[in-house]
Amino acid sequence: MKCKRCREKAIVQLRSHNTAFCKPCFVFFFQRSVERAIEREHMFEKHERILVAVSGGKDSLALWDALVDLGYDTEGLYLGLGIGAYSRASEAKARAFADRRGLRLTVVPLDETEDGLGIPTVAAATRRPPCSACGTFKRHHFDRAAFEGGFPVLATGHNLDDEAARLMGNVLHWQLPYLAKQRPVLTPTHPKFVRKVRPLFRTSELESATYAFLRGIEYVVEECPNSHGATQLVYKELLNKLEHQMPGSKLAFVTDFLSRGLPLFQSAPDGGLGECERCGMPAAGELCGYCRLVAEVGRRRTQAVAHS
Amino acid sequence: MQVRLEPQGKQLTIAGRRRVGDLLQSLGILAGTVMVIRGDELLTDDEFVADTDEIELRAVISGGAA
Repeated sequence: MKCKRCREKAIVQLRSHNTAFCKPCFVFFFQRSVERAIEREHMFEKHERILVAVSGGKDSLALWDALVDLGYDTEGLYLGLGIGAYSRASEAKARAFADRRGLRLTVVPLDETEDGLGIPTVAAATRRPPCSACGTFKRHHFDRAAFEGGFPVLATGHNLDDEAARLMGNVLHWQLPYLAKQRPVLTPTHPKFVRKVRPLFRTSELESATYAFLRGIEYVVEECPNSHGATQLVYKELLNKLEHQMPGSKLAFVTDFLSRGLPLFQSAPDGGLGECERCGMPAAGELCGYCRLVAEVGRRRTQAVAHS
Repeated sequence: MQVRLEPQGKQLTIAGRRRVGDLLQSLGILAGTVMVIRGDELLTDDEFVADTDEIELRAVISGGAA
């Protein structure tokens, strides 16, 4: 198989784009794809400071690497979720990546924050799925770190497969408010929120994994132990079967939704957002979602003590 | 050949020279859902792997973030 760009031997075939690339041409293709997504969606400019949320996985580290190479001003943020050996290994990968490149990385270990709650503790206390608590905690700490650090933009490594799986879930259950917000750029609806962007929204998992491999990025290959049986993985497997039969389906699903479907689900403005009485971050009620969850953990613990 | 599946950490021994695409099909793996790694190189589906090769099939799907 030959590289479609330079006719040298190809090392990766991208059926969704009906193409194949050698190493240098693939790296060029990947970085150009990221840059085009940033420019076309008006995500950010070269003069803006970008906070990149990294997990130690392939997507966020590939994104950070590409942004640095493209000349963007970046800093990394790693949130230690307290998921045992998995979180320790992930943090080590994120730290090694930053150290090797001389990049600034802020590490926020949930166990050591003022609330002192890792994800397993919250999940066990509330008897909720860990992924649910994880999403709430990530949103809160990412928002807070970006605001307190004075960053105008927060970038995450969500890729095309993530977006397609999320879209499938939202469509299957007609989650109208979520459909209205499924877009690669979320503009802030409160002075304490920053712009949130997903520069890899058109980039497949195969592409980000290939880029990470070719760039010598060491990332955590293991799955999060809490993700076994996660709904998102079921959707991803279904979409991969569809993609195998009909290459390009995932990209068309997401991009056609953005161009033709999204306008039909106009988002109701987050009007009346106040500030959380406890943490001061934006909230629809007296407490933000994060503080409500922390309060629930406290209540459950008190109940458990009372019953014992 | 020795085939290691990651992240499962599963090790398989498969006899005979094969095309990568056929190897994946025989293992029930969809092309594009794994990287096929031999040493420090990536292989496309049309390439052949030898009986003496050591191959890693590394899944690219991710469902969690640490």
